[in-house]
Amino acid sequence: MKAKVHVYLKPGVLDVQGKAIEGALHGLGWGDVANVRVGKTIEFEAPGSDRAKLEADARAMAEKLLANTVIESYRVEVA
Amino acid sequence: MKAAVVVFPGSNCDRDCAVAVQRSTGAAVDMVWHQDTALPQGVDLIVLPGGFSYGDYLRCGAMAAQSPVMREVVKAAEGGVAVVGICNGFQILCEAGMLPGALLRNARLKYICKTIDLDVTNAQTRFTAGYAGRRDVRMTIGNGEGNFFADEETLDRLEGEGQVVFRYRDENPNGSARNIAGIVNARGNVLGMMPHPDRSFEAELGSADGAVLFQSAMASA
Repeated sequence: MKAKVHVYLKPGVLDVQGKAIEGALHGLGWGDVANVRVGKTIEFEAPGSDRAKLEADARAMAEKLLANTVIESYRVEVA
Repeated sequence: MKAAVVVFPGSNCDRDCAVAVQRSTGAAVDMVWHQDTALPQGVDLIVLPGGFSYGDYLRCGAMAAQSPVMREVVKAAEGGVAVVGICNGFQILCEAGMLPGALLRNARLKYICKTIDLDVTNAQTRFTAGYAGRRDVRMTIGNGEGNFFADEETLDRLEGEGQVVFRYRDENPNGSARNIAGIVNARGNVLGMMPHPDRSFEAELGSADGAVLFQSAMASA
């Protein structure tokens, strides 16, 4: 099984990287682009795990290390 | 009098902190490796230095906060020992949950390294008692992610309880909420700050104001 944890700054937290990229996209002519957010994806394999366990584990990992829930939200994807 | 400076892989102000504490206070300073599972006996002050622990991987301070030595630092803080985290050390304290809030990318995305004036907003903490009667102190900052963030409720509580210790005076260099440059925990024995007292502890460095902080912390032990 493979898990992906997607981490983004929470909606209320200013994403300065996203703002800079948004400005650049506007400069390139994509004027209607709005609300650009920069996140990261942490993916890993867990060959011995089943879906339910891996989902619970990935969530626990996100809470403890992969995301800082003061400023970030996360989404877990298991396949 | 004894102090400990924790060394993480990627710390780069560990020697500065050791020299600053030693020269400011005369205390003996032990260097403690991040993998150590015990702190020196009878330590009065623990310093988490600036730098780029673990290359700032994942988030600044995130990996360092999970180091074996941090469990001991948490225990020592619970026992009342003074802990100061400077710059990356501040980020580590927030990541470890020892201080509220987090430090974001600077508002203008730039790494900023300069001398800066600070307001001492609370001179009644064990770290700032030596600044009593003074409003302004000068230190240097050097950070790319020094933009202090916490939700409004937390900010109100920090202000209401006198936990905001330092504020940027004339300009807010990195976008920090309410110009906050340094905070203490509710008990008052854990201080996190972005400015570097370790780079401002002798007149030859442009300011000796940082020495007062280490002296206050030691005097309170």
